[in-house]
Amino acid sequence: MADLSGRLRPYRAVLSSRVRSQRAYRASFATDLAGSGVVGLVELAEVWVLFHNVTALGGLRFNQILLVFGLADLAFSLADLSCGHLDTLPAYIRAGTLDVFYLRPQPVLLQLITSDIALRRLARAGVGLASLSAGLVTSGAPWGPRTAALLALGLASGYATFAGLFVWAAGLQFFLLDGAEMTNAFVYGGRYAATQPAAVWTRPLKAVFGFFFPMAFTAYLPALAILRLPGPPWLPSWLGWCGPAAAAWTWAMGLLCWRWGMRRYQGGGG
Amino acid sequence: MRATARVYWRLLAAGFRRQSAYRLAALGGLVANMTFGFLKVAVLFATVRAAGGELHGYDTASMSTYVWLSQGLLGSVNVSGRTDLADRVKDGQVAVDFLRPVDLQAATVATEAGRSLFALLPRGLPSVLLGAVTVGMALPDTVLPYLLGGVSLVLGVAISALSVYLVAVAGFWLVETRGLQILYMVASGFLCGLFVPVALFPGWLRALAACTPFPAFMMYPIDILSGVAGTAGAAGLVLAQLGWLAGLAAAGQLLTRAGRRRLEVQGG
Repeated sequence: MADLSGRLRPYRAVLSSRVRSQRAYRASFATDLAGSGVVGLVELAEVWVLFHNVTALGGLRFNQILLVFGLADLAFSLADLSCGHLDTLPAYIRAGTLDVFYLRPQPVLLQLITSDIALRRLARAGVGLASLSAGLVTSGAPWGPRTAALLALGLASGYATFAGLFVWAAGLQFFLLDGAEMTNAFVYGGRYAATQPAAVWTRPLKAVFGFFFPMAFTAYLPALAILRLPGPPWLPSWLGWCGPAAAAWTWAMGLLCWRWGMRRYQGGGG
Repeated sequence: MRATARVYWRLLAAGFRRQSAYRLAALGGLVANMTFGFLKVAVLFATVRAAGGELHGYDTASMSTYVWLSQGLLGSVNVSGRTDLADRVKDGQVAVDFLRPVDLQAATVATEAGRSLFALLPRGLPSVLLGAVTVGMALPDTVLPYLLGGVSLVLGVAISALSVYLVAVAGFWLVETRGLQILYMVASGFLCGLFVPVALFPGWLRALAACTPFPAFMMYPIDILSGVAGTAGAAGLVLAQLGWLAGLAAAGQLLTRAGRRRLEVQGG
């Protein structure tokens, strides 16, 4: 036990220094928090504008889509808070500063993940939580242990899936560098997909964002299972219980790409 | 006069050439554009169908035109609020720009416009073509919408560069413009009609959008190119764009002159 806490101490030291540094400049942190909250609100407004024109989309009403949006955005914001800075990997590679991480006796990926924590994203997670709560209260979701279990399972595996997606993208950055925007297609495109009612997707989209990048498993499917609604073709609602499998698949692919990239990296020559 | 025009023309060409060096980046942008495009098609087609096949003048074919034109323009208008100039104002390097015998605003806007116009080749046209082939779209069959649309598109690129210039020069007073930049990013992306066409907004939000230059970047050129606006409507939209162009250019000149007196370079 003492051994484990000794091993975790360096990570804890870095993370707590990052937290202190963000709290040092209060006005700046408050602006960042507000900015991040507004981003969340506008994303919700984009969904609301569609429902202003129609009563139901893909079989879901607005209060039901609030549940989907809330689950997806809460899980994504928390993953972004803890792993979103993996996006800066191309900058480290270009500047040659990644070499430093190889010199320390700790796994590079773990060092990178624990090198920062973007507390401002808590505001956006707050928008997700508010949307989720509003969705649960107004959509007539049955209260009980089944709903609680589905929520806990959906949120935990949604968080893990999005975090795995960031690792997956980071692994590919070793090859893409300038083409880093390509991974935005499935990371930020994935977030956008996760907030949609997947019933509206065409079959190729269901294959890509339903299963290969398992975005439907983070919010849409758990929400269907909570509301006891039948799923569209290819996406039966019992899959709402299978979030952990989706998270495991994402992490397997993520770690595979990460290993592959790490082996290819040749250093900055410094 | 001719010599001055040549300087800005060359800055425009330099911006164009600089962007052409990053081919893999352009491919990455295209892949992201297409992915978001297919997701937008799915949800917006479902919205049109749920509304009975027609919604505020859009059917699925013209909605597809909107989606692919907006995705195609995404690389050419600035909806992030980030510019190199903002960094140069913050760290004082802009003092060097002031020493050059060119107008800061005109030079910055010319370079940004060159970069934006290049982005139409690897990102804009392929997005529209691939979208037309895979999903299909409605396009007007007369020449006028294309001519007016081309003019409107160039005006939109210039208006985008001029508005983001204002965010950068606000740094003369604010120093750190990140808060303003995030606000710009959120407001411009939403109100320019990037995710949902402005016509689908509720009335009050549509009025709010019309009070900002954001729809003039993207929504106006798209409405003209897709034929949704009609001839009279198109002329009105181009006039509105010209108004924004003049207003934003004047505001930028005023702020640059006032800010130049505020600029304090530390330890130079």
